[in-house]
Amino acid sequence: MKFVDEFRDGALAQGIARAIHAEAQPHRRYAFMEFCGGHTHAIARYGIPDLLPAHVRMIHGPGCPVCVLPIGRIDLAIYLAVKRGVILCTYGDTLRVPASDGLSLLRAKAQGGDIRMIYSPEDALRIARDNPKREVVLFAIGFETTTPPTAVALMGAEREGLDNFSVLCCHVLTPAAIAHILDSPEVRDLGLVSLDGFIGPAHVSTIIGSQPYEFFAEEYRKPVVIAGFEPLDVMQAILMLVRQVNAGRFAVENEFTRAVSRAGNRRAQALVVECFELRKHFEWRGLGEVPYSALKIRERFARFDAEARFDLAYQPAPDHKACACGAILRGVKQPIDCTLFGTICTPDTPMGSCMVSSEGACAAHYTYGRHRSPA
Amino acid sequence: MKTDYTRPLDLKHGHIDMNHGGGGRAMQQLIRELFAKHLGNDLLAQGNDGTVLPVQPGRLVMSTDSHVITPLFFPGGDIGALAVHGTVNDVAVMGATPLWLSAGFILEEGFPLADLERIVQSMAAAAHGAGVQIVTGDTQVVERGKADGVFITTTGVGVLLDGVNLSGAHARPGDAVLISGTIGDHGMAIMSQRENLQFAAPIVSDSAALNGLTAALIASGTELRLMRDPTRGGLAATLNEIAQQSRCGMTLMEAAIPIQPAVEGACELLGLDPLNIANEGKLIVVCAAASAEATLQTLRAHPLGRNAAQIGSITDDPHHFVQMQTRFGGRRMVDWLSGEPLPRIC
Repeated sequence: MKFVDEFRDGALAQGIARAIHAEAQPHRRYAFMEFCGGHTHAIARYGIPDLLPAHVRMIHGPGCPVCVLPIGRIDLAIYLAVKRGVILCTYGDTLRVPASDGLSLLRAKAQGGDIRMIYSPEDALRIARDNPKREVVLFAIGFETTTPPTAVALMGAEREGLDNFSVLCCHVLTPAAIAHILDSPEVRDLGLVSLDGFIGPAHVSTIIGSQPYEFFAEEYRKPVVIAGFEPLDVMQAILMLVRQVNAGRFAVENEFTRAVSRAGNRRAQALVVECFELRKHFEWRGLGEVPYSALKIRERFARFDAEARFDLAYQPAPDHKACACGAILRGVKQPIDCTLFGTICTPDTPMGSCMVSSEGACAAHYTYGRHRSPA
Repeated sequence: MKTDYTRPLDLKHGHIDMNHGGGGRAMQQLIRELFAKHLGNDLLAQGNDGTVLPVQPGRLVMSTDSHVITPLFFPGGDIGALAVHGTVNDVAVMGATPLWLSAGFILEEGFPLADLERIVQSMAAAAHGAGVQIVTGDTQVVERGKADGVFITTTGVGVLLDGVNLSGAHARPGDAVLISGTIGDHGMAIMSQRENLQFAAPIVSDSAALNGLTAALIASGTELRLMRDPTRGGLAATLNEIAQQSRCGMTLMEAAIPIQPAVEGACELLGLDPLNIANEGKLIVVCAAASAEATLQTLRAHPLGRNAAQIGSITDDPHHFVQMQTRFGGRRMVDWLSGEPLPRIC
């Protein structure tokens, strides 16, 4: 496949692997967090751990948009579909996320909720146009990558006067989550987790640029390498991080120059600013309340804000007591450290957020890496 | 007044109504003018509650499959051809010669007769191509909204010669794992239609009857352990089934698995793994390692096996894991899919 196979070339990968083996110093241990679920997925799917020396370890971060969506938010979406009779439009991988009362969007659909899978917010607008007598709600989730399309949908709805369309906004912000992890006691004070650097997001960074990470590099003295989602991108980024650590540097470097600039996509950023403002705090599944980490719809678009339109009140819902997702997302634990992993919590019956999407740390390990630690 | 005259069915503009399932004259007419017209053969013409079939030497193999699909017509096939191919293939991969099919139709009130005729014609052509006869059938009509156009259940009966003994439990460490061609064609053809995804070159379903190919393998006399057609759940599900049944492991070579660039691209776009995507005309063969080359040659000599490849081998593994050496150089598990393949958002 053109423009893809080039980034999955096994021979090139072996070359980079040799360089990592040669340059990673035997007396050091390197722990790097890939923030994004896309990277987690690539690492698992292509078997990247097999290409790394034992003392270079990857920690899977919280950047899987489906995984960090808290139960209470899915409960709201289910409530809208089941109790308020709206047509709820959702991205595919959100369908299976476990919510309260043993429900998920998929199960709510089986119980009669009109829940439809879409590929883009544009599909939701079309459904609203085609069903003028029904309320149509877009369940808008994701990081900075999926936010601009939601903004475009809001503006489209305003322009067309689509009065039966609204958005349940659950968009979250990457930099706030990274700061939250770096500020966690395990990392900052207790020294339980050594985090020697970050692989920065691919798609998110095409929107926000590389500039927002400069703060982490300086403030927390951690190297950041922004990388594409292809496996060679990831390998190259790991090599660049090893080199920074060895040299005692902590800079933002950009491996993904074919798509990411320092300033990012200004037009998309402007759209987001026009439609959204910061929430004071927002609950993340696995991380808890994270200040200024999410977006809400601005007053100008209030009539398209499902939270206002349906007078929704957010009710947090706790995860299973034994679920270790929070610790896994902060790098304190690995999936196999969790007593639920592979027993009552599997991709077929996920209990915690990390088992939900194939981008989650637990699901990726279960699906692709289970042979490394068979029970 | 003409005593024996019935106005023919309007096959151009007519629709199924509740009368067509009522057991009265309307149902008889539908059977006569549509089903029997296209599917007719000596056995079906017996016209009794059951069809009397001549007993064949050997053992009988029987399999059944229900077919529901949206859209009913897709590039490379339709529900009619699929209903024939699916069941023919389930019988054929047992090493048997499929001979007869039954066909049960659940029709939704309001379904256009023109579409039904197209589907039945397609079944007739598929049965003819596969050398099988549809020897008994049934039609039920349900109210509008209670079905999705048409559902078809087919049951197949075939004859298995003595000495042919294939089973999912027969794979042994060291055996070779082969596939007859590219993976994921059917599932992505359906998905691209369903979601209205436009690709430069349309992806065409691989829906096909495999009994010619399986017959050639049986005739070649190579040391076969088992054959399977990887339909729903794709290659990954079928290989995991084999690993469980045979209580063995498996190692695949990703680079050896044939896949069309368009299918790979569509999967990439939707965040799907082609190993999980359905096929309707592909064959997995497990054979003794010494027979691998001969089996591959037999497969490649057949039009449906031109792109055949050895994709891996059976291993001894108490965990029954299916593992894959990735093109990239690492190793990973190939697991069952949880539920349906769902696109990833990022």
